[in-house]
Amino acid sequence: MSKPHGGTLVNQIASDKKSERLKEEAQEMKNIKLDSGLRKDVQNIANGVYSPLTGFLKRNDFDWVLEESRLSDDTPWTLPIVLDITKQRRDELSEGEEICLETENGKPFATLDIEELYGFDKKRMAREIYGTEDEDHPGVQRTMNMNDHLVGGDIVQFKENSTDFEKFHLTPKETRILFKEKGWRSIVGFQTRNVPHMGHEYVQKTALSFVDGIFINPIIGKKKPGDYRDEVILDAYDTLMGEYYLKDRAVMSILEAEMRYAGPKEAIFHAIMRKNFGCTHFIVGRDHAGVGDYYGPYEAQDIFNKFPDLDMTPVHFKSFTYCEKCGGAVDGHICPHDDEHRENFSGTKMRNMFKDGKTPPEHMMRPEVAETVLEHDEKFVKEE
Amino acid sequence: MAEKNYTTVSIPKPLAKKVKKRMEGTGFNSMSSYVTYVLRQVISSMEEEDQTEDFSEEDEEKVKERLRALGYLD
Repeated sequence: MSKPHGGTLVNQIASDKKSERLKEEAQEMKNIKLDSGLRKDVQNIANGVYSPLTGFLKRNDFDWVLEESRLSDDTPWTLPIVLDITKQRRDELSEGEEICLETENGKPFATLDIEELYGFDKKRMAREIYGTEDEDHPGVQRTMNMNDHLVGGDIVQFKENSTDFEKFHLTPKETRILFKEKGWRSIVGFQTRNVPHMGHEYVQKTALSFVDGIFINPIIGKKKPGDYRDEVILDAYDTLMGEYYLKDRAVMSILEAEMRYAGPKEAIFHAIMRKNFGCTHFIVGRDHAGVGDYYGPYEAQDIFNKFPDLDMTPVHFKSFTYCEKCGGAVDGHICPHDDEHRENFSGTKMRNMFKDGKTPPEHMMRPEVAETVLEHDEKFVKEE
Repeated sequence: MAEKNYTTVSIPKPLAKKVKKRMEGTGFNSMSSYVTYVLRQVISSMEEEDQTEDFSEEDEEKVKERLRALGYLD
């Protein structure tokens, strides 16, 4: 099993006793209300998903991440985890002060020890992370919509995690103990935000044949209109794994985080998070975490060559299709047949079939999985 | 700008020559970036060997209890 990134699994969750004390003290503190994305960041810091981070980045680390894709101690780190605030809020706060962080519903759930308050250049941040300043890019848009100032400092979360999916929510500490208990030494992580089709199963099982176990880790959080709803993805995977995977070889739990669509840099970030869950390998597909035509199809795979100290083995898959002559999912390395015999696993096509109440054909999706999807009245995220 | 702390390391000239030769065709555009890459690889593998990870027995038992309740463990 991989050691946590940076060497230590971070735990910034207060004990029962400390939680009670902090909750009481928090009533007297100034507060910042977080949106759901930032609340998830706090949870991920507290639970060790973002190890070695113990809080929101301070200026020096922020600059190192943008310029070097590393923290200031040289640890690989590609996306800045930051808390933005308005100018007005900045003027009300001071360095050295402890404040209360509230959920989107106004519930106090963590404290932040303000170590630094600083301004930042949004265009520079967009350029360094996304490789573009084009505001059509959802990540750039999100960056440009941020408040103008940042707060850096350690957080401490009160005892409870806030999740809508208790059954599927495991912390890195829990997955590490689970993998150890199962006797897994090599574990491949699979990132997803889709209902599984036969192509996904091919990739997962191909990778699984070389390791002890697979950790399927759907990302749960804000999605684009038209994407599958979280409940649909989880139910679909539950069905697939119940019918077609060995219980002793496959585990699924969720990752509550938001997609940034940062392509290659996000692929490294995704690998780091899975390393913290205990994975030794990570599946990186074509245009991983990409959007539009901003990144080359294999940029997210090539970037791993720049991080010899990541301690994660990327498992690269090129594109794969269904071949009617081979009778299954294939890639260019194993199938000698022409394109006329091949059919792409088109997620869009399958989504459109579901929208029309139709079932995708069996060679594209397991009938049980399709049935599970069809059981949901609301399958897709609606326009806000 | 990040506070960068670059430093100079002296290596024997014959070794530098070997490094330069080894670099050919790797895509690295300076000896510094190549040596940095190699050192990161070496140090990271050494750190990996050094690390230990322990949860207390009590902690582990609590976690296992939850994992059983959720159906992850029998």
